Amino acid sequence: MKLTKIAVAIGAAAALFAAPAAQAWEPTKPVEFVVPAGTGGGADQMARFLQGVIAKHKLMAQPLVVVNKSGGAGAEGFLEVKGSANNPHKIIITLSNLYTTPLATGVPFNWRDLTPVSMLALDEFVLWVNADSPYKTAKDYLAAIKAAPDNKFKMAGTGSKQEDHIITVMLQKAAGKKITYIPFKGGGDVAVQLVGKHVDSTVNNPIEAEAHWRGGKLRPLCVMDPKPLPYTAKVTDKLSWADIPTCKSAGIDAEYVMLRGIFMPPGAAPDQVAYYVDLFKKVRELPEWKEFMAKGAFNQSFMTGKEYTDWVAKNEALHVGLMKDAGFIAK
Amino acid sequence: MSTESEAPGPGAALRRRGPEAGVALLLLVIGLIVIIDSLRVGIEWADDGPRAGYFPFFIGCLLSLSSGWTLLRALLSWREETAIFSEYSQLRDVAAMAIPLTIFVAAVPWLGLYVPGALLIGYFMRRHGTGGWLATLAVAICTPIVFFLIFERWFLVPLAKGPLEAWLGF
Amino acid sequence: MDEINSLMHGFSVALTLPNVGFMLVGLLLGVLIGVLPGLGGANGVAILLPLTFSMNPTSAIIMLSCIYWGALFGGAITSILFNIPGEPWSVATTFDGFPLAQQGRAAEALTAAFTSSFVGALFAVLAITFLAPLLAKFALEFGPPEFFAVQMLTFCSFIGMSKEPPMKTLAAMMFGFALAAVGMDTVTGQLRMTFGFTEMLKGFDFLIAVIGLFGIGEILTTMEEGLAFKGKSAKINFRVVLNTWKELLQYWRTFIRSVLIGCWMGITPGGATPASFMSYGMARRAAKDKESFGRGNIEGVVAPETAAHAAGTSALLPMLTLGIPGSPTAAVLLGGLLIWGLQPGPLLFVEQKDFVWGLIASMYLGNIVGLIVVLTTVPWWAAILRIPFPVIAPVIIFICAIGAYTVHSSIFDVVMMLVFGVFGYLFKKLRYPLAPLVLALVLGDMAESSFRQSMLLSQGGLGIFVSNWLVGSLMALSIFLLLLPMWGALKAMFRRREARAYLS
Repeated sequence: MKLTKIAVAIGAAAALFAAPAAQAWEPTKPVEFVVPAGTGGGADQMARFLQGVIAKHKLMAQPLVVVNKSGGAGAEGFLEVKGSANNPHKIIITLSNLYTTPLATGVPFNWRDLTPVSMLALDEFVLWVNADSPYKTAKDYLAAIKAAPDNKFKMAGTGSKQEDHIITVMLQKAAGKKITYIPFKGGGDVAVQLVGKHVDSTVNNPIEAEAHWRGGKLRPLCVMDPKPLPYTAKVTDKLSWADIPTCKSAGIDAEYVMLRGIFMPPGAAPDQVAYYVDLFKKVRELPEWKEFMAKGAFNQSFMTGKEYTDWVAKNEALHVGLMKDAGFIAK
Repeated sequence: MSTESEAPGPGAALRRRGPEAGVALLLLVIGLIVIIDSLRVGIEWADDGPRAGYFPFFIGCLLSLSSGWTLLRALLSWREETAIFSEYSQLRDVAAMAIPLTIFVAAVPWLGLYVPGALLIGYFMRRHGTGGWLATLAVAICTPIVFFLIFERWFLVPLAKGPLEAWLGF
Repeated sequence: MDEINSLMHGFSVALTLPNVGFMLVGLLLGVLIGVLPGLGGANGVAILLPLTFSMNPTSAIIMLSCIYWGALFGGAITSILFNIPGEPWSVATTFDGFPLAQQGRAAEALTAAFTSSFVGALFAVLAITFLAPLLAKFALEFGPPEFFAVQMLTFCSFIGMSKEPPMKTLAAMMFGFALAAVGMDTVTGQLRMTFGFTEMLKGFDFLIAVIGLFGIGEILTTMEEGLAFKGKSAKINFRVVLNTWKELLQYWRTFIRSVLIGCWMGITPGGATPASFMSYGMARRAAKDKESFGRGNIEGVVAPETAAHAAGTSALLPMLTLGIPGSPTAAVLLGGLLIWGLQPGPLLFVEQKDFVWGLIASMYLGNIVGLIVVLTTVPWWAAILRIPFPVIAPVIIFICAIGAYTVHSSIFDVVMMLVFGVFGYLFKKLRYPLAPLVLALVLGDMAESSFRQSMLLSQGGLGIFVSNWLVGSLMALSIFLLLLPMWGALKAMFRRREARAYLS
């Protein structure tokens, strides 16, 4: 233990004296992987999965350490990374709270404060109801909401003024009726509330509700992606992810995907960014990663560099519009 | 555990009324802050349940009322109150811990956890202990190193680090 | 007896030599994690998780769950010896465990704590073995109003406990609630009482308050009473263990009650921490000599430890059957299941028999081995009290600071620890009770969210709290518990009046 410590110290000292541009950058100490959400959520699961496969396949010489900083809907984590300028040993995984938290709370933070690294995947959203409910299709469900008085239907979701809440507002618009939105702390809790019939529907990510679907407790009605999901392997006896129709085809004008991407603190050098881009490219080639993607029915888009930055900017503009419409922006 | 007694002890002692009133005043102020902020976020009961400030408002009210009552009582019986808080010699002992502890905490943002920890242990063992320099140094230096190995190496939990650790390359 | 067969099969899976080895490694690491405040079961499991990817899933989960048992056992050690809860669920153990240690009965307290933990876990595993499908169904009954009713019940079981002045008890409790409200409001997403300080965004963590109030506060108080911990290191041998066991037998009622509370809170999932508080409160209410609680009553160690361990163990049931983690550690384990390609959920019991029953068998074995491990280390732990105070005190402060820091990796929390420490000292001297403060801090946030979620469900109608038998009976029970001490006080008042009338 001691020896490695000294070795690392000597290595670091050597790195200081070596010409910086001559060699590709590599981490010289453990890398902190900040998760701006609590343990057990979608982002946390992905981060811990990455930590695990990177360690298993020895893709990094230094360990990757997951740190949860969920305070203030993730603001704690973002501010921490924003405040660690020029520290290449810190990366953060994001979800939609990258935009929604600063908009809804007025916390002084914007994604432009960070250095974008790469998109890992996009998380899908599916409209779920209890398997015992009479609604077989999204059309049935929408018609039922339309026919009922305001606030008759209850939607559970994760957090307030975040992605689930935004989608609920979209549904509300499509139905022309108010839907009661009930915020919970985590996606797992939300799915169980629906299994227990305490609410009428949820918009859980596929990975959060997959087990209940397979167990015959929940029924997917439609997916918020413009295209049906590409995964054709059977999940239940009859159905696969690919069999779920899009919400658009059911007459619900709701499209939404959530970014699962990586950012670095401000002021990261291009070779440092390149190191992480390369790392995640390697991860994407692993069979475990492919299996993980299929299990959670993720949209496997991968972007880096300018393409990624442009996508995030466009996505942010979309959120500003949606949140403005919903009245979620802090005054 | 409370060393409350009816009459002042043999040594000079701090009377209880001062700290009593001080703590009550502090809690009263906290209560008022809670009330003010609750008013900002809204204290009413809307159609679909209470607003964000509804419960904190009542909490703030109760906190202010109860500590206000304690404060009032302490002030009203200011002259008669003879119960003691602590003897000055005891308070000196408490300060002997509280002051280095405060310096320790104040040093953490600049030096990280390990170096101030070693200094605190070393100081305390020299000042109050009976062991020699060698034992003191051994404990003061080994404890942070052991914790470094447990947290940073074994469990991969990064702790606050300062210039010394940065110089060593961590 | 399908379960028995499956269980026997599970034992044959778990009892291979490498698996027993992993079990021991897991337990020892777990105890270490439990002892150090700030290192939770979640850290230990998270860090070993990557190592387990190359193992087969059954061995991996055996080792990881043993870390969890070890942490549950270990949490009690520092609570009893130094008044510093190593884990949130051992806060209630300090109430009587620490006074016992001060009276030189640390070994008894430790034995009682470990044995109770074992009993709690054992019965919880039995419940998982034979009642899993039934219990999973029961867990689904719990929506927001039911959660609120449970939190209310926990709270009411504690009301009327304080021996301190009522106004100060009220102030302490409200102070706890106020601290719990700081940060983001889950229901509306508004920030409360942060005043633009980014450090305040995450609110006040329960663990930091407890490390400060109890740990640092205790060290400051100890300074005042001379530079030594009062706990004389009692002689420890196997006889102490046997004698304590004999004494424990008379508390069978407490054991049963605590196991029931623990299992129930673990499954729903209310959590181990509220379970330990509720169990302590109930034990005190049921006891004949209520006054001895808080001054070193063995029963006051038995009740919270049994319930915490029963809850901690049964929390794995909703994780396996529903995919909801009952605790942060369970959340990390859940991530592990996913990486091994096992999908937790209703079908796990059907699709992965080897895995599930291997895990359940390891719960039995892990707890038995764990009990033996911790009992044999009791003398070693109690010997820590022999280290001179000038050495141990700064080391404890150092450990507390690390503990406070690791909760959110925030230096601000170390400062808060000091502030809470000063509060702890002043509160103790001025007779403000700490228990209501801590309880309010644990429950405040949860109870407010559940209440407001219920109000959203019912669109503002309070009728939702009596809308079905479950929530109705829970609410009735809490109101009964709330009124009981008042009834007692009224009766005493009447009796006094009668006596006075008689005399005149």
